[in-house]
Amino acid sequence: MRATRRSFLKGAAATMLPLPAFAQGTGPRVVVIGGGFAGASAARFLKRADPKINVTLAEPNRTFTSCPFSNHVIIGLRDPGAQQFGYDKVAADGVTLAYAAVTAVDAQKRSVTLADGTALPYDRLVMAPGIDIDWKALPGYDMNAAEVIPHAWKAGEQTLLLRAQLEAMPDGGKVLMSAPATPVRCPTAIYERASLIAYYLKSKKPKSKLIILDAKDSFSQQRNFQNAWKELYPDHLEWVSLSQGGNVTAVEVATRTLVTDFDNFEADVANVIPPQKAAAIAQAAGVADRTGWCPVEPLGFESLLVPNIHVIGDAAMTGAMPKAAFAANAQAKVCATAIAALLRGAKPAEPRLINTCYSLVAPDYGISFAEVFKPANNMLVDVENSGGSSAVDAPPAVRRLEAEFAEGWFKTITREVFG
Amino acid sequence: MYAARTTVAAAILLLTAGAGAAAEAPAGASSCTGCHAAGSGSAAMRALGGVAQTDIAEKMMAFKSGKLAATIMDRIAAGFSEDEIRAIAAWYAAQKP
Repeated sequence: MRATRRSFLKGAAATMLPLPAFAQGTGPRVVVIGGGFAGASAARFLKRADPKINVTLAEPNRTFTSCPFSNHVIIGLRDPGAQQFGYDKVAADGVTLAYAAVTAVDAQKRSVTLADGTALPYDRLVMAPGIDIDWKALPGYDMNAAEVIPHAWKAGEQTLLLRAQLEAMPDGGKVLMSAPATPVRCPTAIYERASLIAYYLKSKKPKSKLIILDAKDSFSQQRNFQNAWKELYPDHLEWVSLSQGGNVTAVEVATRTLVTDFDNFEADVANVIPPQKAAAIAQAAGVADRTGWCPVEPLGFESLLVPNIHVIGDAAMTGAMPKAAFAANAQAKVCATAIAALLRGAKPAEPRLINTCYSLVAPDYGISFAEVFKPANNMLVDVENSGGSSAVDAPPAVRRLEAEFAEGWFKTITREVFG
Repeated sequence: MYAARTTVAAAILLLTAGAGAAAEAPAGASSCTGCHAAGSGSAAMRALGGVAQTDIAEKMMAFKSGKLAATIMDRIAAGFSEDEIRAIAAWYAAQKP
């Protein structure tokens, strides 16, 4: 609490200093909900777009734990501390940090309520709350079940739980993963995780095996993943597609059993990646539709359902852009520029956005997917003849280079967002 | 075409005006720093601020045409027209390193 007030004062001082006296306290107010890749980027780039904007970032945690590269933590190749980032540099840019959960959004009054009752009025609201697990979607898989069978789809304790279970598993064990239908947070990371778990089993527990039970018949970069699996993990990884009976319909926690339409699969270690939706505050604010996600327009990511609220990152439904950290950061920057324009009475310019997703199929074997997006039909679509996957026949030197670039990307993006 | 030329004009205005941190980046430029963030990067993923316009534009055009080998930039450059590339390059050239 004390530190909250201190950082509030620090933020207030930083915003006041460069302003002429007449402008004090009269700048437009933007509240950002959520301090992940989307929200923290938006807060910083709003200040950069126009230092007169009073930006408050509401985030309950003082430390952000990154999902990108958490798959390396799961197999013991990365220190959990390397995944964590604070907000000091965000505050130093003049953003006011409110370390509190948002309990309500009043779109009529244009006001956000924090857990301690504080009301934050806004001219524009940016919601970047990320995902919630849909605890009602998969029978038998609730919050208590996740303490036994981790999802590890929000980084932190869940990541460490899955790591501990894999470490404790004797050689010869069976590991199960269940993959949901899209849309979900970073769908490609499911197959990166499977690859890295297979790598761990092959090198540390070679009599063990991983089976992925999938609710889909196809996924992004499938050829690259499957070629690598055939080459690297023929005895350690098996993918069961939807049409092969992979759709998990229920979970029996007591026996660590994943139930499909055709069979029961019992595991020594299970990782259920459950269906997801936009976080609860997005549902409460009325910006999510019946799909559970938040439809937005493509110039500034303003909600199609509630005016003056912008939704970016994993919670947003943008058209072709996937839910991924690079995309979240790219959306945040476009959103910040658009909001600065709207606040001075101008129209947002037509943007182009890029997304890049690196995946590691082994620590020195990287593959990537890139896309360029433009607005069309009130959503974002791929620019024709652009983007795509790494070449299927790329030589090992290129795979190594892409693994290096994956780490380079993580360093640069976390520096831009938190550093 | 027209929009791209306007952004080139905007970038040139920015150059002649000197500073102006709040000047809007041309379409697509803000995404680049997801990898090429200021003050960081390696030889392959270098920061773009202050890099000569011709340097950025020529490399992007060579990635686009396939003349310059790439792991990923060929796929990204393919999503931009020559005018868009020149506008983005002009804007980064005018930014602080």
